[in-house]
Amino acid sequence: MTRGRLAVLGLVIAACVALTVVYVLQVRQAGEVRAATAPPVATVPMAGVLAAPHVVFRNTTLGTDYGKLAAVPLSDTTGPRALGSISCERVYATRSAGVCVTSSGGMAPTYAVDALDADLTKTSSAALAGLPSRARMSVDGRLVSTTTFISGHSYASSSFSTATVIRVEGKALSNLESWTTLLPDGQRLVAADRNFWGVTFAPDDDTFYATAASGGTTWLVRGSIKERTMRALRTDAECPSLSPDGRHVAYKKRLGNPTPGVWRLATLDLTTGAETLLAETRNVDDQMEWLDDSTVLYGMPRAGTEATTSDVWRVPADGSGTPTVLVPNASSPAVVTASATVPAATQTPLSSTTTPKE
Amino acid sequence: MYVSLRNAPKSATPAASPASAAGVVPTAEDHEAARSGKAGRRVPGVVLALGLTSLFTDISSEAVTAILPLYVTAVLGLGPAAYGFVDGIYQGASSLVRVLGGWWSDRSGRPKLVAFLGYGVSALSRFLLLPVTGVAALTGVVALDRLGKGLRTGPRDAMIAGASTPERLGRNFGVHRALDTAGAVAGPLLAFGVLSAVPAGLAGYRAVFVLSIAAAVAGLAVLLLAVPNRARGRAEAQVLAAADAAADGAAEPVAAVPPERWRWRNLADRRLRSLLLAASLLGLLTVGDGFLYLVLADAGGIGLTYFPLLMVGTNAAYFALAVPIGRLADRIGRARVLVGGHVVLVAAYVVAATTGAHIAGVVAVLALLGCFYAATDGVVSALASQAVPASSRATGIASVQTAVGLSRFVSSVGFGLLWQLTSRSTALLAVGLALALAVPVAARLLRGLRTPVPQDAS
Repeated sequence: MTRGRLAVLGLVIAACVALTVVYVLQVRQAGEVRAATAPPVATVPMAGVLAAPHVVFRNTTLGTDYGKLAAVPLSDTTGPRALGSISCERVYATRSAGVCVTSSGGMAPTYAVDALDADLTKTSSAALAGLPSRARMSVDGRLVSTTTFISGHSYASSSFSTATVIRVEGKALSNLESWTTLLPDGQRLVAADRNFWGVTFAPDDDTFYATAASGGTTWLVRGSIKERTMRALRTDAECPSLSPDGRHVAYKKRLGNPTPGVWRLATLDLTTGAETLLAETRNVDDQMEWLDDSTVLYGMPRAGTEATTSDVWRVPADGSGTPTVLVPNASSPAVVTASATVPAATQTPLSSTTTPKE
Repeated sequence: MYVSLRNAPKSATPAASPASAAGVVPTAEDHEAARSGKAGRRVPGVVLALGLTSLFTDISSEAVTAILPLYVTAVLGLGPAAYGFVDGIYQGASSLVRVLGGWWSDRSGRPKLVAFLGYGVSALSRFLLLPVTGVAALTGVVALDRLGKGLRTGPRDAMIAGASTPERLGRNFGVHRALDTAGAVAGPLLAFGVLSAVPAGLAGYRAVFVLSIAAAVAGLAVLLLAVPNRARGRAEAQVLAAADAAADGAAEPVAAVPPERWRWRNLADRRLRSLLLAASLLGLLTVGDGFLYLVLADAGGIGLTYFPLLMVGTNAAYFALAVPIGRLADRIGRARVLVGGHVVLVAAYVVAATTGAHIAGVVAVLALLGCFYAATDGVVSALASQAVPASSRATGIASVQTAVGLSRFVSSVGFGLLWQLTSRSTALLAVGLALALAVPVAARLLRGLRTPVPQDAS
């Protein structure tokens, strides 16, 4: 190599290093400036918000409070919000308790599920394996379900593996993969690649709905915690959410062939079996939440460079209307309609056991 | 930096077996002989330059790989299904392109150009990460990166082989792999460093993408500026080859005289077939790292959350051992070291299945795994480059690498099933036993490789 080439090479590498350092420093400073100059998120005290019907969610307003647990009153969902002190990847709450799935970045990211009391303050924490994906609770707060996603399980194929664990009063039951699953033809699902995710609980604290998957097929299943059994109801229905009156299940309907990442929101009438496609035509990847018995909510990332910010949208559950934003700069909504009058007697610390996939 | 201006050692002797090769240097060209005799001990500049190219490129790709799960799920808000799909593309896409890249490189006689295109395509995919936020587009970007990786592997390894004297082949591949692995360790560290330096949200991830672009460009620049083009035209090479052969006289001059031309026939050589067969057989019984880490995690020696650290540990051992084991391969024979590497792998299985619950067992498994990679990855390329004439080198190397990749893919799927049917320790011990039985078979298959194919001038 000639001296000239060596000099050019040295210059190019130095330029690359300099460019990176300058960019990182500039972004860092821009972030600091924005955090310093941006009008602070208008906030109100948490206690006031929790006293009336409200929505608990994850704040996605860019800035220092990004990712924080937050709440707004249902009477003014676009107005000032109350911010909690903890950060969550997913959050869910009922009037007596809450659950917050957290992650810490770094080379060895750690994940945990925090139990929250009625004031949404952390009471206990248990380690969780894998990227947090979904979190749900039963109405009374006794049952908590978390879905995490563990990439290490499927090393070689174009698939993924989930670990879905139900906790009863803080005590983790075995992974749903070890439970009995009956397919529509009566066969047991025993395929090695079976996965479960997106649990939703019925008020009886026994019945639940979830997604089961194997190969390229996904099923909506109805399960019984007591019997450790699930039965498939229909295919291509993922991440179910049971309406407060227990008559409908809202889910992401997988369209066409197994093209991952293309869904359409739908609801299912559990008595008639009729499926209704909702007016939201965009691709939504979220577990819906019911605002009331006729409206569903879901988080939706913004387009393009604003993708880190998402909004919570609402759309009628009967296929009519058009989607509108209910809470801007928010994701992972949980609707709490009754005030926190029930004493937090059902609170129990989470056990530290997790049950990763067998 | 010493840079060889010539691609090949131009040895027209049947290049001698690794064990007996020492000192056999063509005498036809005094200058060349003197230089390779003296400089053979030094790492050729081409190898260092290609090593640096790989180091920068690995920083670029591993920085992104490390943060991609978080980016897809936490930032873009996509579910696990989407991530799994992206990840799957990552794992599988490059295998088939690899042979194509090797063939193209041999056919055109311009390995640097094909390698440059491969590195260039990957670098381009880094630029596309910035504006892309949808799953479909992201999948395309990831596939593009893997396409580039597949394209460049064959020509790059062929250039390393071309720049090495036969008796230093293992060491030189070791040097390249050590630099490559250093990049794989540094990439994630830099990525998480950047993420922690920049406020949360999209900005941090974009900063990592910018880092990735810069590293990819630096890698391209090293390749473009520090790796010589084919220093010599075909005609000249032929004349020299003939001269070498004539001067060398005795040993198979005929083999060296025909002008180098890419031929399918070159790939039909018994030695390459044996190597392909042996590599596939061993690959079929090689359980993926991911599974091995899972066995360790399930045994309780280490938490699942430390997955990334396990990879860093393995890479650190690989980094430390690549050069010494490469040297060992040059001394005692590459086939022997390749086989020995799989004996080490059997040991890793046994340790993981029996003492995975202790941290000492975990460390031992990582060290053994690093040793296995050091004894196989570069060595198999060195063997492949000896098993085909220089004119088909890139294709030969790419074919063997693809055979290894595909058979390991099959193995992972099979092991997953076995795991479900039995317990994890039982499954691992069963595969270990099968591997222990396969090792002598592979050793027998590889016996023919002791005498390399005559290397025509390239």
